Amino acid sequence: MGLLAKLFKRDRARREALVTGEVTPEPQRCVQCGICSYYCPINIDVRRHAWTGEPVIESRCLTCGECVARCPRGVLHFQRIELFDR
Amino acid sequence: MPTRFVIIGAGAAGMAAATTLRSLDSTAEIVVLTDDSYGYYSRPGLAYYLTGEIPERQLFPFSPHELRDMNITLHQGRALAIDPVAHEIALEAGELLSYDRLLLATGSLAAPAELPGAGLEGVVKLDNLEDARRIIAGAQRARAAVVVGGGITALEIAEGLRHRCRNTHYLLRGERYWSNVLDETESAIVEGRLTAEGIRLHRRTELASIEGRDGHVTAVVTKTGERIECGLVAVAIGVQPRVELARSAGLVVDRGVLVDEYFRTSQREVFAAGDVAQVRDPLTGRTVLDTLWSAALDQGRAAASNMAGSATPYIKPPALNVTRLAGLTTTLIGAVGRGRDADLVAIARGDSETWRGTGALTSAISVEDVSEVNRVRMLVGERTLVGAVVMGDQSLSRPLEELVARQVDVSDIRAALLAPGADISGIIGRFWRQWRQHVASQTG
Repeated sequence: MGLLAKLFKRDRARREALVTGEVTPEPQRCVQCGICSYYCPINIDVRRHAWTGEPVIESRCLTCGECVARCPRGVLHFQRIELFDR
Repeated sequence: MPTRFVIIGAGAAGMAAATTLRSLDSTAEIVVLTDDSYGYYSRPGLAYYLTGEIPERQLFPFSPHELRDMNITLHQGRALAIDPVAHEIALEAGELLSYDRLLLATGSLAAPAELPGAGLEGVVKLDNLEDARRIIAGAQRARAAVVVGGGITALEIAEGLRHRCRNTHYLLRGERYWSNVLDETESAIVEGRLTAEGIRLHRRTELASIEGRDGHVTAVVTKTGERIECGLVAVAIGVQPRVELARSAGLVVDRGVLVDEYFRTSQREVFAAGDVAQVRDPLTGRTVLDTLWSAALDQGRAAASNMAGSATPYIKPPALNVTRLAGLTTTLIGAVGRGRDADLVAIARGDSETWRGTGALTSAISVEDVSEVNRVRMLVGERTLVGAVVMGDQSLSRPLEELVARQVDVSDIRAALLAPGADISGIIGRFWRQWRQHVASQTG
C-alpha cells in the first residue's frame, strides 16, 4: 500500500472512531493512577470516568485514543456507540 | 444521633468503604484515620511515578475539597490501641477516638530484609509515597542500584530505577522471575524484556550482606562472594498484613484478621477489609489473603454495606489482577500457579493466594497460545476454566474473566482446546460470543 493510501486509511479509521466510538472504562481493572487524565490533550478527567464506570461521552472528547493507548492496565477501550439503541 | 463510623487506613479498602458509607448514609459521621501523611492516593500509581510517566500530584484521585464535599474527615494520626468494649481508639497524640462501628483497613507493609547491613541508609522498600520519594532521591545520587525480591513490586522498582539510574541489577534467587504464578515461557518473556530495557539480571543469586560507609550503602555481597558496588538497594520480598492493632485488641488473627462473609471480625462492631483481612474463598473453603487493589475496593465496599446494616454475604470472586510486567499489560485470573517463590518470604503485593491452586485444582491442564509477545495461557479443569494469564493483547481477557468467574461449563470445547496446535484464542472467542448470546436470550 502506498504512503498516501496508508495515511488515508489511518485518517479514515480515526474519523470512524470519532463518529461511532466512545471511550469506555472497565472500573475493576483501574487503579486510579491517573495516567489517562494526565495525557488527555483537553484535560478530561478520564480517571473519574474509570471510577464511576461512565463512558466518556463528553462532546469535547476528540477520541484521539491517547488515554486508551497510555493506560498500563487495559482499563479503557473504544466501544461503538449504538446510535439507535439509546 | 448519627452513627459514627471510623475507618483505620486510607488505602483502597478504607476509601472505598468511606465513599460507600456516605452514599448509603447521608447523615453519618465518617472519620478515616491514617498514619500516611499524604492521605489517600493511588499506591499502584507509584510505579508510574517512579518511571516518570506521571508527576506526583497526579497520584491523588480526590482533591481535599472533594472529600470535604462528601463530608469525609481525614484524620492524620496513628492508632496505638483499640478498646472494643469501650468502642474507643487510643491515638499516639494522646486523644481518644470513639466509634459506633469500626473498619480495620490497615493494609500491609513490606517484609523487612533480615541480613547484615539492612539498616543502612540507601536500603529502600516501596510501601508508600514517602518510599517512592526516597527511591527517586537515592537513584539521583547512586551510580548503580540493586533490586532483590519478586512479584510485581520488585519489577516496578527495577523498571523505575532503570529510568533514573545507569546501572540497575536485579537479583533472582532462583532460576526465573515469579515462578509460583508465571510459567517458564511467561517468566522468559518478562526477563527478556527487562534485559532489553538494560536491566542486568543475576539468576541463582542470593544476598549475603549489604556493605556501607558512614552509614550509607556502598555495595552488596552475594552468597557466592560476588561484590556489586551500588548506592541503593531496594528490597521487595513480600508484604505482611498489619495485624498488630487487631492482635493487641484481642481479635482472632491468623496470617491476617479473620473475617466472616460479612467482614465481621471476632469482636462486635469491628470489621476488617483489604490486605489485612483473611477472607473465605468459596471455591476451596480456605481463608486467604489478597493484596490486590481491585479486591480491596470490592471488600471495602462490601464491608461498608454491612456496616451500614445491609447484612449481605460476600461471595469472593476469583482473584483478578491487571498489571504491567516489563511493559506488557498482563491479566491474571483465577488459579494460575502453584507452590512458593524463593524470591519472596511473604505474599507479594498485587498477589492472591487463590492464584496458587490447591489439590482440587491440580488436575487442571494448561493450554497456551503465543504469538510474539501476546500470550494466553488457560488452566482447563474437568468442566470449567480455572484460571488464565493474558499477556500483551487484552482482547481475550474479558471473555476469560467472565468464563472463569461464572464457572461456565466448557465441556463442549474442552477437547478442541486440548488438541495440539489448537487456535485457542479463536475457540474461546467464538465460544464466549455464543455463551453471551445464550445468556442474553435467557434473560431477555
